Amino acid sequence: MNALLKYRIAKSKTLHVLTSVLAFACVLPLMAILSFIIKAGITKINWHFLVNIPKPVGEAGGGIANALLGTLIIIAVAAAIAIPVGILCGVYLSENKNSRLANWSRLCVDILQGVPSIVIGIVAYFWLVKPLGGFSAFSGSVALAMMMLPIVIRSTEETLKLLPDSLKEAAFALGTPFHRVILKVIIPCGISGILSGVMLSVARVAGETAPLLFTAFGNPYLSANITKPMQSLPLLIFNYATSPYNDWHDLAWGASFILLVFVLLLNISTKLMTKKWKVQL
Amino acid sequence: MDSTTIINDTLNLSDISREVIGIVKTPVITGSKLKRLYKQIRSESIFKKLLVIVAVAMVILVAGILFTLIVESIPSIKALGIKYLWGKTWDPVQDIYGAYPFLLGTLLTSFLAILISVPFSIAIAVFLGEYYPKGWLTEFLKNTVELIAAVPSVIYGFWGLAVLVPLVRSFEIKIGVDAVGVGIFSSALILAIMIIPYAASLGRSVIQMVPSSLKEGAYSLGATRWEVIRHIILPYTKSGLFAGILLSLGRALGETMAVTMVIGNTSIIPKNIFAPGNTMASVIANEFTEADKPVYLSALIELGLVLFLLTVVINMIGRRIIKKFTND
Amino acid sequence: MESTVIKTVDYNAYFGDNRVVKDVNISIPKNHVIAVMGPSGCGKTTFLRGINRMHELIPHAKADGKIFLHNEDVMQMHPIFVRLKIGMVFQRPNPFPNLSIYDNVIAGYKLNGIKLQRADKDKIVEEALTKVALWNEVKDSLRKKGTFLSGGQQQRLCIARAVAMLPEVLLFDEPTSALDPISTSTVEELFHELKKNYTLIIVTHNMQQAARVSDRTAFFYMGELVEYDDIKKMFTNPKDNRTQNYITGRFS
Repeated sequence: MNALLKYRIAKSKTLHVLTSVLAFACVLPLMAILSFIIKAGITKINWHFLVNIPKPVGEAGGGIANALLGTLIIIAVAAAIAIPVGILCGVYLSENKNSRLANWSRLCVDILQGVPSIVIGIVAYFWLVKPLGGFSAFSGSVALAMMMLPIVIRSTEETLKLLPDSLKEAAFALGTPFHRVILKVIIPCGISGILSGVMLSVARVAGETAPLLFTAFGNPYLSANITKPMQSLPLLIFNYATSPYNDWHDLAWGASFILLVFVLLLNISTKLMTKKWKVQL
Repeated sequence: MDSTTIINDTLNLSDISREVIGIVKTPVITGSKLKRLYKQIRSESIFKKLLVIVAVAMVILVAGILFTLIVESIPSIKALGIKYLWGKTWDPVQDIYGAYPFLLGTLLTSFLAILISVPFSIAIAVFLGEYYPKGWLTEFLKNTVELIAAVPSVIYGFWGLAVLVPLVRSFEIKIGVDAVGVGIFSSALILAIMIIPYAASLGRSVIQMVPSSLKEGAYSLGATRWEVIRHIILPYTKSGLFAGILLSLGRALGETMAVTMVIGNTSIIPKNIFAPGNTMASVIANEFTEADKPVYLSALIELGLVLFLLTVVINMIGRRIIKKFTND
Repeated sequence: MESTVIKTVDYNAYFGDNRVVKDVNISIPKNHVIAVMGPSGCGKTTFLRGINRMHELIPHAKADGKIFLHNEDVMQMHPIFVRLKIGMVFQRPNPFPNLSIYDNVIAGYKLNGIKLQRADKDKIVEEALTKVALWNEVKDSLRKKGTFLSGGQQQRLCIARAVAMLPEVLLFDEPTSALDPISTSTVEELFHELKKNYTLIIVTHNMQQAARVSDRTAFFYMGELVEYDDIKKMFTNPKDNRTQNYITGRFS
């Protein structure tokens, strides 16, 4: 073996190792973040923490019940808006692959996906908060729904595109009207893909803060009224983390832990569920 | 009332002739079932219209976002003109508005973040796409990358504030600059972590699209693994990798919370990359609800408009490149 | 005199500006098996899909002319009614992957939102599966997914699904081309049983199959109906040169 060849092989091996090291380097920050949040957060979690609202500055204790409830309500309303609209739009795009409207609509969904979340917040402020005369959880839900839409639409479209035409033909040949072909055959057969899109979109917006700053706004008290300001986990974390009080930091760590667990569980269960629910074609 | 009259009375379906009803009367489809079938036909056309409405709504939604941003920016555009964009001072108390510090802050943090993250994301793309496309190690790395994208940005910000900023501060003491910790550099570090997944996952899929015949051709000429990557895979995929970096950049430009929490929030032009500053997104987040004057608020919205246009253009270019790459 | 179930008058079908079925006039008698054959691209499948208005589901597809089902023009009816009266079985078995065998058989009712009593459902399922000689094979696994069956069984399940709607006519688009020889002969035997109650129109590219199963054969070439006659007459004494060329294998 000549020297040049040896050198080339050594170089190849070295770069292989270097690439692997660089690739796995990204594990470090994730582990650092996860372990830190778990360490700082888990000690704060107890029953009291989950069912009480924050105490004023200076008083120890207090919980995040208002933020937990608020996050659930805001996300539920956002999902109630985004899921049906998103699935219908995905159906339209997969049924009309090349129509002019489909191309325009697809372009707009792409644009929407890239809009910075803070801009969504501004727009929701002018569409809902200003006309309705005040911050409200509902306006926050609309802002989050706008962020969920592209994910739901995209995953629905991609899933339905992959279903064979024979499936639709079989249903049409039985005299099934179009809407029932879609609702009873096409969507059930693509349910795993659609569902994973829905869950990922929930996971994505569950941690969104920027669109809520000028919409849901936050609220130190427990509230279930969607026409009034409402607290949410990410808002609480942002406000308390940037405050100078240690008690509030503790609350924020506990809230971070819960938010992180919620988001990661959603991601993981999406994976497990799609595997299990996959329809055998 | 027999079925003929029901149909003629309740529906106005011109393409269904009277004679059809004779045909439809079978052992299973009669009477109320027949009525239901006609209802189905009506639902069918309603459903089709609904789909079109929803598709149109997406176009209206995006057009509406642009429209709202432009309309609400008009007071600022009128009062401040185009020089607003390179005005160096932002002082709402004195009614002086210049966007330059934030444009600079956004571009500095974003490009610095790209610079830091690209070696890692390309390495991940090569590792997953070429070296080990299968196996548990691959699954582990893939899941790690996905989780990096899943962690909420407010948590990155909080962690950055509590852990990264003190580290940066001691680093700054070592190299002898103003040791504030928060600032452009800390923001770029956080952003770099956050945007790794975007370039990495797109890079991986384009690397997997390299035809194996090309690689085999090079191997058969005696090329080493690295030479195949360097001379075949990377040149073949460079436009796709670039598109991935653009998508990362689009993400970095618009990222708000993590940056807001660690950048220091000052409207003074940063002297160096360790100085505190503000980005377009962070200044909006901080000052939007405090903007008490119409021009002040409108100036912030104009920043939002610039940010919107910037990210849309970058994302669209990225997507165009990807589409072209996959079609070729 | 036998009664006519389907009768077409100057039927044309198009893809965009391309006319793929040209002025077809044909009468199909009740309780017969009609084979439609011809070289690939001759328009036989398009013609078949035209009969139950499936053709128009393809973008840019058009059709004109008349197709009478008894005395009513199918082209004037709503496609849903047409498809309820004229069932169809496809080239590849396509049971609904999300439904059980049982639900696949009554899929036509389910999908049309027709509510049935449990006992009626059981009756329909058993009858349909018996008609396609599948009942004994699957009666203990009705709750399993249809996709677990073999190819031949899946195809018979698809026939049962069409039969369960009690159509007048059953259309088959090369129903055995995706099946092995044994499954093919099972399905072919089925045709003889089914024609007692239904009228069958079968598209095939296989002349032997046409000879085995059909009472009459329609030969299509370049979108035209060239010859339509008793299969034996057509084989022994074709009237048209093009038929002669086809059955002697001069083009395929």
